[in-house]
Amino acid sequence: MNEKAYASDDKIAAWHIGIALVALALGSWFGPLQAWEHAKVNLYSYLAPGIQSYYQGLTLHAVLNALVWTTFFITGFFTYIVPRSLQRPLRYPWLNKLALIVMVVGLVMAAIPLLLNLATVLYTFYPPLKANPFFYIGLTLVVVGSWIVGYNLYFTYGAWRRDNPGVRTPFLAFGALITMVMWQIATLGVAAEMLGMLIPWSLGLIQGTDPQLARTFFWFTGHPLVYFWLLPAYLSWYGMLPKQAGGKMFSDALARLGFWLFLLLSVPLGFHHQYVDPGVPAGWKFIHAVLTYSVAFPSLMTAFTVVASLEIGGRARGGKGLFGWIFKLPWKDPSYAAQNLAMIIFAFGGIGGLTNASYNVNLVVHNTSWVAGHFHLTVGTAVTLTFMGITYWLLPKMTGKELWNRKLALVQSWLWFFGMILLGNGLHILGLRFGVPRRTMLGAAPYASPEWTPFLIEVAIGGTLLFLSLLAYFINVLGTVFASRPLSKPVEMPVAEAVSEPQLTPVWLDRWVPWLAGTAVLIALAYGPMLVQLIGQAQLTSPGFKVW
Amino acid sequence: MSSHVRPQLHVDVYEKRWLLMSVGLLVLFVIAISLSSFAYGIQVPSPEMRVDPNTVAQEGPWAQPGLRELAPGKYEAYMLAQTWAFLPNTITVKAGSSITLYITSKDVQHGFQLEGTNVNLMVLPGQVSKLTATFRQPGEYRFICHEYCGVGHHIMFGKVVVEP
Repeated sequence: MNEKAYASDDKIAAWHIGIALVALALGSWFGPLQAWEHAKVNLYSYLAPGIQSYYQGLTLHAVLNALVWTTFFITGFFTYIVPRSLQRPLRYPWLNKLALIVMVVGLVMAAIPLLLNLATVLYTFYPPLKANPFFYIGLTLVVVGSWIVGYNLYFTYGAWRRDNPGVRTPFLAFGALITMVMWQIATLGVAAEMLGMLIPWSLGLIQGTDPQLARTFFWFTGHPLVYFWLLPAYLSWYGMLPKQAGGKMFSDALARLGFWLFLLLSVPLGFHHQYVDPGVPAGWKFIHAVLTYSVAFPSLMTAFTVVASLEIGGRARGGKGLFGWIFKLPWKDPSYAAQNLAMIIFAFGGIGGLTNASYNVNLVVHNTSWVAGHFHLTVGTAVTLTFMGITYWLLPKMTGKELWNRKLALVQSWLWFFGMILLGNGLHILGLRFGVPRRTMLGAAPYASPEWTPFLIEVAIGGTLLFLSLLAYFINVLGTVFASRPLSKPVEMPVAEAVSEPQLTPVWLDRWVPWLAGTAVLIALAYGPMLVQLIGQAQLTSPGFKVW
Repeated sequence: MSSHVRPQLHVDVYEKRWLLMSVGLLVLFVIAISLSSFAYGIQVPSPEMRVDPNTVAQEGPWAQPGLRELAPGKYEAYMLAQTWAFLPNTITVKAGSSITLYITSKDVQHGFQLEGTNVNLMVLPGQVSKLTATFRQPGEYRFICHEYCGVGHHIMFGKVVVEP
């Protein structure tokens, strides 16, 4: 189809991606500041009165990076790739616009109290820390806007399906749809928390709140949130990166099965974030531990299929021997290199995730800096570095301009890789060996022990490399958008072919009803009884506190 | 391709082996966790009791937080977490003692981790977290608040002193 057919969708996608990049640009700088603070180089005094505390900076870092950057990038990325994958523009352009407006209004509403130090509650906003109502309303609107993006994708798919009965859904659209449906189901938890508890409480309509119930709603959403971040990266690894490597998707059927399993298993395991909560019985915690192990299965499956797909590329490019193909992969292509490095880091992030999920080892690492180390490998690298790699083809394609400096982009990817290795290693060791708490201004903590120092310095060095990487990234983004030359040849959206024709994939891997029904049943079994009990016994006794 | 052929799921032989190994590994992990949890008595908190955070500091056992000896070497400790201190912030016992801790918060969420041990708890207003720990080795064990509780979060800690 003519590229011009997508012009209106592309314009909206560009807004989403642009806002995502601004959020990353603003939120990321606090990361190095935190790392340096741990090594006793405290720069926060220079930010006052704009930024009033370490914790206000930490809240901005987490909200802008983990929530805004990811959500806007994902909605923009899907708005861009789904029309091309289905070869038809999105069904309702007005829904596109509505979604963007709702998300932007929400973002501005949440940003004002954040910047005014009226919502220094971190990205988990655990009550009874009580933020300004606009913070809660704004975040809710961002989520509602992302639902609307999803609705437009469902309508577009419906129209495509009517025109193409019996045809397997093109893979990229398929993965994007599952991600948005999973997100729709997962965010029901935080929607209940916001609409039923926090918003009326912050507006003074109800006097108190129940922190245990609020945590349970939050983590209903909080764990699948990580799959909402991760699945778009998986989609690129499965469905795009093999093409960039000159290979093919190793197994269309198992790639689809992987996405279905994520829909089925992402939600009913949130209690593994609440192993040490007092109000959840040990038996339920154990059940969720077992379910958490089951969701590792589709990730292990992904590891095989993606590596096998890349191997096809490496061998097609002349690679020989057991490992020789690895060196023939297009390591000089920054879009490829960034995503492959992200994958390597994710292997360690995944192993750490299995550790966190274990019912007993979690007692050693819960709420320690280990956890911060863990999610910097996962959302901070597997997801963020993959998204950066995607922008290395997407920005040229969107702007019609060459990537400003390919070498700088390569340097940026490797700096991120090594920076995260140091930062991740230091934070993991500090948490595991010394029980160093997360979300803490460690440089000012009276209990800080001299044994921690070498690892805190390792974290600060990692943070410095990441700072340089960010600098390189945004120079390149700005250079590409404002100062680059026109493309010498058009950029195509990478779409990997599968080794076997998708029509040979069994029909049950392209049917929604059984998978949605299974998901609903599993959630009802794993969450239903406990939610009924916690809601029935809720005591809205906690008043709000502003202690920052 | 003829449309009346029903496609079957085809899995490459290497991939099949990988998937079997993956399942085996995950099953092994679950068995290991189950055995160690149940056989070695790993404790995680379960619902104990509810309290009213507005009155917990004035009435009931947390009005006078502290250590009570139940039998020689056997203690219970009622501890109150608040911004930004634990009450009491020092507990002293003899080596070999066991302490059953009952901890709650009178304001926001806090955390409790005893350095170098498996004792790790969320402390929520309205809920009581209970855990028993035995201190065999003399020394000082610090407990640190590990949940963000406001701008003074990083100064919130205390210690268990175990005398020989």
